[in-house]
Amino acid sequence: MNFIAAIINGLSSGGTYAIIALGYTMVYGIAKMLNFAHGDIIMMGGYAMYIALSLAGHPILALVAGIVFCVLLGVAIERYAYKPLRGAAPLAVLITAIGMSYLLQSLAQIIFGSAPKMLVKLQVPGFFMIGSLRVDYSTLITLIVTVVVMTALTVFIKKSKPGRAMVAVSEDRDAALLMGINTNAIIAITFAIGSALAAVAGYLMLMKAPSLSNTLGAMPGIKAFTAAVIGGIGSIPGAMVGGILLGVVESFSYSIPALAPFTEAVEFSILIVVLLVKPSGILGKMRREKV
Amino acid sequence: MSEALLRVEDLSVYYGMIRALKGISFEVNKGEIVSLIGANGAGKTTTLHTITGLLHPKEGKVFYKGEEITRIPAHKIVSMGLVHVPEGRRIFQGLSVYDNLLLGAYSRKDKDEIKENMEKVLAQFPRLAERRTQLAGTLSGGEQQMLAMGRALLSNPELIVLDEPSMGLSPLLVGEVFEIIKSFREAGKTVLLVEQNAKKAMSISDRAYVLENGEIAMSGDSRELAEDERVRKAYLGA
Amino acid sequence: MSLKNFNWKKYTNYLVVGGVMLIFGLLSLVGVSDASITSLLERISIAAILAVSLSMVVGFLGELSLGHAGFMCVGAYLGGKVAALLEPSLGNGPLNFFIALLVGSLAAALFGVIVGLPALRLRGDYLAIVTLAFGEIVRSVVMNLPAKLFGGTLGLSTPRMDKKYLFIMGFLLLLACLAVTQNLIKSKHGRAIISIRDNEIAARATGIDVTKYKLFVFTISSFFAGVAGVLYSFSMYTVQSANFDYNYSIEILVMVVLGGMGSINGSLIAAALITFLNIQLQTMLTGDLAVLQNLFYAVILILIVIYRNAPGLKGFREKYNMRTISEKLFKKKKTVVENADAGEEEATNE
Repeated sequence: MNFIAAIINGLSSGGTYAIIALGYTMVYGIAKMLNFAHGDIIMMGGYAMYIALSLAGHPILALVAGIVFCVLLGVAIERYAYKPLRGAAPLAVLITAIGMSYLLQSLAQIIFGSAPKMLVKLQVPGFFMIGSLRVDYSTLITLIVTVVVMTALTVFIKKSKPGRAMVAVSEDRDAALLMGINTNAIIAITFAIGSALAAVAGYLMLMKAPSLSNTLGAMPGIKAFTAAVIGGIGSIPGAMVGGILLGVVESFSYSIPALAPFTEAVEFSILIVVLLVKPSGILGKMRREKV
Repeated sequence: MSEALLRVEDLSVYYGMIRALKGISFEVNKGEIVSLIGANGAGKTTTLHTITGLLHPKEGKVFYKGEEITRIPAHKIVSMGLVHVPEGRRIFQGLSVYDNLLLGAYSRKDKDEIKENMEKVLAQFPRLAERRTQLAGTLSGGEQQMLAMGRALLSNPELIVLDEPSMGLSPLLVGEVFEIIKSFREAGKTVLLVEQNAKKAMSISDRAYVLENGEIAMSGDSRELAEDERVRKAYLGA
Repeated sequence: MSLKNFNWKKYTNYLVVGGVMLIFGLLSLVGVSDASITSLLERISIAAILAVSLSMVVGFLGELSLGHAGFMCVGAYLGGKVAALLEPSLGNGPLNFFIALLVGSLAAALFGVIVGLPALRLRGDYLAIVTLAFGEIVRSVVMNLPAKLFGGTLGLSTPRMDKKYLFIMGFLLLLACLAVTQNLIKSKHGRAIISIRDNEIAARATGIDVTKYKLFVFTISSFFAGVAGVLYSFSMYTVQSANFDYNYSIEILVMVVLGGMGSINGSLIAAALITFLNIQLQTMLTGDLAVLQNLFYAVILILIVIYRNAPGLKGFREKYNMRTISEKLFKKKKTVVENADAGEEEATNE
């Protein structure tokens, strides 16, 4: 029974990682950059939800506020910090993204202080039993949201015109331009989608543990990012697989007493093992080098 | 004389400190096939990239249908009826053949006409029709070139700019590609063709320009140029 | 080599670092200097070693390491542990320090090889990811091992060496770090490394073993991070893994970027400046305001990187960079100097 409980918990936290990892992987695939600030967008969304909750008081309104704020923030960051560096050395873009992450974290602490805010209204108490197995409602909601998000995103990418354009831009930006695709607009859309997903992930995280501080997104961000690389950075199914895998491994590691304190080390070690065995990640394709 | 469909005026392009194009001028009239020939590094691809907005010139202007398009971003040029089939096909390998063709029509809004156009292209390229659900990356080189040209046709262009369409293809397929280019003219399209295979290019084009070190060295009627001693020695291997 | 031909300019940074060390060493000897100054100097030497060694990877190799604090952590814990174990038999004198230094820095270098080997074969941003993961692994492992090994969450206590002259050690090690870095860069190998940064494919085509060189530089850089770690463990008396988190790696990166990527002296100056500012600000900004400092660094980091790299600002950069401005300002002076040089040359020819 412990085994099944570990799997269910793993799927649930893995789903959250996967939703965050999607943001990393889409931005990487299309803008060819690691958006280090992605995890901190989650955190900023958390504060938007906090404000919305104290003004309006309804969780759904808070979610909407979080999504809107994250989309605006993500697009603004892309426009003002990353876009000027398009065509510059990848290292420069990476360092700017790191600076942005640092900036958001310190900004949040200055505005809201370091004492955590409790968003108890987001909590969903209660559980139900399957046999002797206890399943929290919050776990169930997370699983449902994960499935919905992944399905919707997959359909969007495969079937919609902007989705096709996103794939085209990620494969070959110049060729996409020659098709008449406004690549700048597609990159902005990608940031918008990624940031909206970050807000959703933030909501799921706060639903389970309502304590919000300026480092809310830091560790989940790094882990989800690891998950994206494990699954194959740039690959959307890869982010899903990587996220779920990381969540399940984490959950199992926590359930084994001897391993529990080293869970983070275990998680990051998977990354190194995967990169040694298959450098492009589980579902990733090796990028061809352009001369 | 009426305005040329495409007119390039004193175009100079730099890569850093290197001047790749040194003030070239030429024009393409409606209904013509014009070929641009020259050795590797002469500036042929640079010229095409500058025309379709992938590169921006330091000096000079590009006019299309009498309108200056020098500073218009690349993605807006397609919808004006000027399409570029880049060197190396550059098809989207991870998308299906059909999705690739659809992307060709990305900038169009006229759904019914796109559908009509799609049927026409699939009829013209039966091999693409057979493989429409296959991933484009699984196609052979020749099929990929067909796809790149079919994709360009779906933008409903007036002027098609082709960069090395015969590169890396077997002689049989080269012949087929040139037949397709001729068919473009029959369909009322205008073609600007860049080719290493100067002999073939001159055999189907009306006029040709010879590019040497970023400058236009010679120009004229294709048939007359093909007779020219210098052209024959340098480009036709005679 | 006559003194006249000796190129003083090339050695300015050694002279400055050495000079500072001598002056404060003398002041310490006569008892003028106090603990706050020596402690500041210790911290500057540690930060400078970290910045110069990271600058090798970021500035000259063009790769990003986000685990520099992790390698420092390895050095601090292993060096500190060895020193603590040896204390009963060797006491806490220089001998103990050197053994600890050797163990800590070599261990860090070894980890550099282990981490670099898989990551450096891959292109792009993988080193950043793997080093980030490494830093987190090291921190979490050290913290959670049984307390009798590395002190657990409370941290590891290290021998209380007489700290009066520790900063001199720090400065000597900094000089060593500078010497290694600068000689490497000026050597034939240095040119190979820079060619990898500028165009990896071209470098590969000319027969340069790219992976070998990358690993080599990365290992040396990790080695010096380990050196800084050992210094840190002696400077602080206790080593706490929480101090070696990702944010600390970022702070070192800020020093490198602020100093101008690819400039050793820039890293040196930025490290000293930021360390000094940090200590000053610590007393001025308390509570949540302390983050103002981070905010400031973040903004500076972003602005500098955009300013120096944005393709759209190229024209602006060329128009208003330090060189052209100083050329404009000192135009007259410069031609005079040139004439003087020419005159001197003629004189020697005669």
